[in-house]
Amino acid sequence: MDDLGAFLAAYQTTIGFIGLNAMLALSVWLTLYTGQLTLGNAAFAGIAAYCSALLTMKAGFPFPLALACGAVLAAAVSVPLGATVFRLRGVYLAIATLAFGEIVRVAILAIPVTGRGQGLVGIPPKTELWHIFASLLIIAVALERLRRSTVGRAWAAIREDEVAAASQGIPVRGYQLAAFVLGALVAGWAGGLAAHFDFAIQPDEFGFARAVQILVFAVVGGIPNVLGPIAGALLFTALPAILQPLQEYRDIFQGVILVLVIVFLPRGLATILELRRTARLRTIGAEDVA
Amino acid sequence: MDQIYNAIFIGSIYALFALGFTLVFSVLDILNLAQPALFTLGAFVALFAMQQGVPAALAVVVAFLVCGIAGVMCDRVAFAPLRRRSAPPLSAMISSIGVSLIIIRLIQLKYGPDLQAYPAGTLPAAVFSIGGLQLDTLRSAIIALAIGLMLGLTYLVRRTRLGRELRALAENPRAARILGIDVERAIAATFFLSAGLGGVAGVLYGFATNSPFSQMGLGFELKAFAVMVVGGMGSIPGAVLGAYILSFGEIASLTFLPSELRDAFAYGLLFAVLVVRPRGIFGQRAVDRV
Repeated sequence: MDDLGAFLAAYQTTIGFIGLNAMLALSVWLTLYTGQLTLGNAAFAGIAAYCSALLTMKAGFPFPLALACGAVLAAAVSVPLGATVFRLRGVYLAIATLAFGEIVRVAILAIPVTGRGQGLVGIPPKTELWHIFASLLIIAVALERLRRSTVGRAWAAIREDEVAAASQGIPVRGYQLAAFVLGALVAGWAGGLAAHFDFAIQPDEFGFARAVQILVFAVVGGIPNVLGPIAGALLFTALPAILQPLQEYRDIFQGVILVLVIVFLPRGLATILELRRTARLRTIGAEDVA
Repeated sequence: MDQIYNAIFIGSIYALFALGFTLVFSVLDILNLAQPALFTLGAFVALFAMQQGVPAALAVVVAFLVCGIAGVMCDRVAFAPLRRRSAPPLSAMISSIGVSLIIIRLIQLKYGPDLQAYPAGTLPAAVFSIGGLQLDTLRSAIIALAIGLMLGLTYLVRRTRLGRELRALAENPRAARILGIDVERAIAATFFLSAGLGGVAGVLYGFATNSPFSQMGLGFELKAFAVMVVGGMGSIPGAVLGAYILSFGEIASLTFLPSELRDAFAYGLLFAVLVVRPRGIFGQRAVDRV
């Protein structure tokens, strides 16, 4: 047990970020699963991170309530946004959500109470590792159950063919919007946890680079089920720690792995995780989005 | 007047950068996210050449060629394998992120993450005045070169055999192949031109600021999205017009916005155009499945 304790202490930050990144990957997975690519989830995490951190710091809110407020605010923002941008498809939708993300980042820079460019410092570190992994477990199980329910089948039908799905009486726009808002809620929860895990947050942590990174987790992991995004987040969060001795070449390894996975495992890592069921798994992946 | 001169200058850089994106997007429907890395590569290739005593004007040519070749190599490694099994644009976009990580890291291994400067005395520093307007030789030469390249590219696409092939390919790849166009050769030419233009944009921007650094491409990526969307995705005159609209708008917005909000103009414009008129000024193709 002592060894485990020492290991956890030494790698606490990395382990925590594996869980946080896995939640963010799941949040973008939701829209990918419906066949659309959105890049707003880093911004949703950012909105929730700032909201919940300000509530605990300045308003003395209890930690769970602050987390919930942050996540709900992110979801509330995502409703009008989704209603506006889901008229768009493919690369246009991706760019519109990206623009939203940058607008959020600039807005954070403009509002004095967020500490602007210096970031928000001195957030009480209330997030424990078990908070992160309990949240991840609950979210993953809930999403997997949802995926296997009527709603999940409707999402899959929309991904395969929107027109056919609509002709079967599935309200396409409503189901896509639901996936988007649910994704914002999950991203918001993860953002709140991240803010209280790290003592300080900065606007750049929720910008363009982060949005792309979250997408990479989900796509490299694979989107047939919830294990894919978790595996992707695990690989790309643990890799920098594993490659510590090779720090100088770390990005190069990551880049090479990214290209190799996309070229040779187009359906993501999930295809090696469950080779026996590939017949079904091969039918879904990055290839089916956008 | 000074501000207008500035707007023309930065607009010319935006235009060159966005043209590289636009070429690849119009022919292949791929957003090549390695473009900012090639932009940075251009600035550093010129730096390397000039440290070996190559004059600035020749260094621009060297950067164009080296970046062009790098662009073709990116295509062979990261996009061609995906094209062969007709993977969708999202896969190529993720793959280009991997390439971009590798290029930026290679630059950092050689030059580190800090600001660099071109060898003293290698860039023209003279200032001249026309009608009471103070102009410096360097910026004026940059503007002239950028506009020359835009005209050259337009001529190439409109009037030459290669241009006809590219347009045919953009319209319908299968028909182009049936008509006997060497598709792989035309795609290689696309990547060469696109990366070359991106590289030259990098050199020119590097010259103007005289402080190339490994992350200099970051801000330009989102600006280029704004430029392309405003002008119409995949339209060459659209990209040029969009670039100047953006640069003049940014400069004008500085008069009533604080400078840290300068970027808000680009993202707000991008978002507004996507919502109101997603095909932009010159966009001909309707947005997918709207």
